Amino acid sequence: MQPIITTSGLTKTYGSGLTALHPINLEIRRGEIFALLGPNGAGKTTLISILCGIVVPGGGQARVDGHDIVRDYRAARRVIGLVPQELHTDVFETVWDTACFSRGLFDLPPDPAWIERVLRDLSLWNKRHDKIMTLSGGMKRRVLIAKALSHEPRVLFLDEPTAGVDVELRRDMWTLIRRLRDEGVTIILTTHYIAEAEEMADRVGVIHRGRLVLVEDKMTLMRKLGRRQLRLHLQDPLREIPPPLADWPLELGQDGSLLCLTFEAGEEQSRIPALLRRLGELGIEFRDLDTRESSLEEIFVGLVKES
Amino acid sequence: MHADRLNLHGMKAIYLFEMARFRRTLWQSLATPVITTALYFVVFGSAIGGRIGEIDGVSYAAFIVPGLIMLTVLTESLNNASFGIHMPKFTGTIYELLSAPISPLETVAAFVGAAATKSVILGLVILATASLFIPLQVLHPLWMASYLVLVALSFSLAGFIIGVWARGFEDLQFVPMLVITPLSFLGGAFYSIRMLPEPFQMASLFNPVMYVISGFRWSFYGTGDVPIAASIAGLLVFLALSSTMVWWIFRTGYRLKS
Repeated sequence: MQPIITTSGLTKTYGSGLTALHPINLEIRRGEIFALLGPNGAGKTTLISILCGIVVPGGGQARVDGHDIVRDYRAARRVIGLVPQELHTDVFETVWDTACFSRGLFDLPPDPAWIERVLRDLSLWNKRHDKIMTLSGGMKRRVLIAKALSHEPRVLFLDEPTAGVDVELRRDMWTLIRRLRDEGVTIILTTHYIAEAEEMADRVGVIHRGRLVLVEDKMTLMRKLGRRQLRLHLQDPLREIPPPLADWPLELGQDGSLLCLTFEAGEEQSRIPALLRRLGELGIEFRDLDTRESSLEEIFVGLVKES
Repeated sequence: MHADRLNLHGMKAIYLFEMARFRRTLWQSLATPVITTALYFVVFGSAIGGRIGEIDGVSYAAFIVPGLIMLTVLTESLNNASFGIHMPKFTGTIYELLSAPISPLETVAAFVGAAATKSVILGLVILATASLFIPLQVLHPLWMASYLVLVALSFSLAGFIIGVWARGFEDLQFVPMLVITPLSFLGGAFYSIRMLPEPFQMASLFNPVMYVISGFRWSFYGTGDVPIAASIAGLLVFLALSSTMVWWIFRTGYRLKS
């Protein structure tokens, strides 16, 4: 299946001389949730803004749904919905009017039934006659999503969608995003909350200092770069790793009362029973044990440090 | 759906959005010019005008009507269009316009069309107000209407440029208050430049607003400070310059896109 977004050598240097994007080559698959991760100033918003037509590309090419974003900008933009990071709204407009305005702007005839569905999905139906200035920050965020969905986009860009929103709204948005994906909408999500990407994304791209450091299937990434750790709380503290265990990647912690075995997530997990058997043979007893996996956040931090 | 067809829904959305703001502030929008016009008539028409007599065979009160209309239409066209495009820049909602499948020409047509509509409505309201004070004749009504629309469109286009150029609301007021209003007063809104001594009469010929007012007055009374052809030519040159500037703005993304 053709990717819905492709960029080839896409670059951007601002007038100030800041190079926000070094050549970016990226393919985003139809119907996936793609999380674009990166620290502040990494180039996430610049990349999204170029694809949406807000920022002029410096060089390279990009296509959305097969349409060049510069030469065939109308067709490219028609399929895109954008929820910006900032709460930019027409404060004097009502929720209903602003959603209808967005639909018209994207060259679609009025469709009250569709707008009603979108507003109901976002729990905005009861607020449809309210002016945006009277809404809370969370509600304004919902309005921005409603505007982006008003023209039935096939690609939805969510730039930091859950920044500053409460837990309930965040959960609601995750549910909505999943449902949109199930309906065939491709979601491109930038976020600071790595947990969000871990929860939602099918694939992850990491961008740092304008360079795309990595693009990987999320589960593959966590398998390849993630680490697992077995932690044994010992009955009697050890002064040092016993020589018969020297070949094992073990570390002592908490004054010798914690023995940790760390291994790659993809490695064979039979090492754990083997270690436990070996400890039993050596008479080293433990009172408790737990295992943990590194989170996407730890992987992300590691990748950014390396790059 | 053809990709390159005109985005009529988009144009309509912008146009109605801009007109909605006009409706929201209808009272202020209409009351201000009506009250101002009435005051001008009290001051210039009755108090001072009575001592001036006729100009080109027209009573002074009637003579100033085209100038008053132009004064409002010029400033309102600039204000409406500049505010219309500056507001989304200021609030950040410009992102939606820039990311929509709408061409620069369609965007400008919608904003400028709405601004010009408001100005024309105000111009007609002033005309109606003036007719309550004095008997008015319009010798060339079709010319008057066409000319009014052309002036409103030209200055709305200039207002659009100001709105894009402005970095803040202070900048928006700069051109209407410090350029257009003085040029209107000095461009024969309240007098014929033939009443001026030299070298001021000659200097007035370099005032572009004088050509605009003179042309509009011609449509009322058949006379003006300069021939009607000069007024129309001047206006078309202004329209061409403004159009070129707008084309350049969208081509370069000047103060719209990074």
